[in-house]
Amino acid sequence: MIADPFAWVYAQLTALLLSLGMTAVWAQTTLRFLGAAVLATVLLVSTFFLIWGERKLLARFQDRLGPNRIGPWGVFQTVADFVKLIGKEIIVPTRADKAVYLLAPLLVVLSVVGIWAVVPLAPGVVGTDLEVGVLYIVAIGAVGTLGIMMAGWSSNNKYALIGAFRSVAQLVSYEVPMVLVLLVPVILASSMSLVGIVEAQAGMWFIVMAPVAALVYLVTSIAENGRAPFDLLEGESEIVAGFNIEYSALAFGMFFVAEFLHSFTIGAVVATLFLGGWRGPGAEAYPLLGFVYFLLKTLSIWFVIVWIRATLPRIRIDQMLGFSWKFLTPIALGILMLTALIDKLAAAAGWNRTLVLVLANVVAVVVILSFVQGYARLQRRRDQAPPVSVTATPVALH
Amino acid sequence: MLDQWVFIAFLLPVGLLLPAVAIAMGFLLGPRKPNPLKGDTYECGIETVGSTWIQFKAQYYVYALVFVVFDVEAVFLFPWAAAYNQLQLYMVLEGILFVAILAAGLIYAWRKGSLEWV
Repeated sequence: MIADPFAWVYAQLTALLLSLGMTAVWAQTTLRFLGAAVLATVLLVSTFFLIWGERKLLARFQDRLGPNRIGPWGVFQTVADFVKLIGKEIIVPTRADKAVYLLAPLLVVLSVVGIWAVVPLAPGVVGTDLEVGVLYIVAIGAVGTLGIMMAGWSSNNKYALIGAFRSVAQLVSYEVPMVLVLLVPVILASSMSLVGIVEAQAGMWFIVMAPVAALVYLVTSIAENGRAPFDLLEGESEIVAGFNIEYSALAFGMFFVAEFLHSFTIGAVVATLFLGGWRGPGAEAYPLLGFVYFLLKTLSIWFVIVWIRATLPRIRIDQMLGFSWKFLTPIALGILMLTALIDKLAAAAGWNRTLVLVLANVVAVVVILSFVQGYARLQRRRDQAPPVSVTATPVALH
Repeated sequence: MLDQWVFIAFLLPVGLLLPAVAIAMGFLLGPRKPNPLKGDTYECGIETVGSTWIQFKAQYYVYALVFVVFDVEAVFLFPWAAAYNQLQLYMVLEGILFVAILAAGLIYAWRKGSLEWV
């Protein structure tokens, strides 16, 4: 029981349901439904504390105290905010497309909760071991962008529409490098299932074998989440509030629940794909320990995401698209070809797989940096070049 | 095979239902005092001019076209990557050739100026 509490609870519940006269199939289905309900509820409740944690961390980054009034260290601040939001009026604009307007926040939350179905939480504890898990993550993640597009469009507000258009621009740009670098862990594990990918990391975490791919994946998922520095869809200084301008009370709150839970979810996916998921010393013997490792890894990635938010300013939209298409996509294509080739050559020649892949990544980083350096030098030269005599012949501009 | 999807079939409706309950609670417990000004479109206090649902210029439509090409071809790469263990070297090289053609397409779009903000 202490060794494996998850299996123990499962066995107890199965025995209980069977003693109630259920067939084995029905008992299993009931437990799956129960598992889904518990998972979704725990996730949404944990959002209260994630929001508090993020506000507290941001406050510390900015040399403030942050919420500190309600409960010890202010932990119940978000609960109080939630209670306040319940008492506020949900305004549905008269000119809005009401059904779409109310459906949008639900879809955004659904897309984040849905990702957790395939993330292995501890050895043997996973919603479902989907054979196409990696593709499922990409697909369900895109539903969130659909929800934001629906919110912006149905509000019948020009600023909201511009915010929605920006979020689509972000999706179509960052989805390409994201899908391409997702192929790297799939190649290394020869499996698309997340359980299979965690199993393949028994010897070495993939972040050691593919650090460039891990970094590109982290950046693209932050962009898909629409967080700083990619939060153009709610650029307050430009488009009032962006896609959620017409929303109020809990309908508005749901977008934020989804956003804050999404950053934690990105942490979980990165931890699973690149940091070995629940792997750690003694995790296989004690699944509870595996869960603790998984949580620690997830929280450290989440901390990095909050750190990035506190550090970097918002970038301009043409820079954002250029960054994806002219920087991340070539890197993703290159690292994919490099990993596929080097890994097969290492296997054929009998070299140490990890060592060769680390070397290949170091070479890739050096090449990327020299390209960036060359580009910066070119840009500087262009800026410093003496202006062509425009004043003498203004007609010769064309 | 379909067995794998049962959990997702449960989780997605629950994920939809929980926020729906929260919003319904907001409708039940919150005040409801509509007036024409409150229900109007909010654009910084200025009255809105013209319709919003018009043809809108999306400056990035060229990116969207390139995206379709890339995303569809990336999906073809997933089975190749999932079977990587069983592949011979020449099969891996074929996959790399496929990615190289993709990269050539990106360079072509780049040279044509399709990746510029218009």
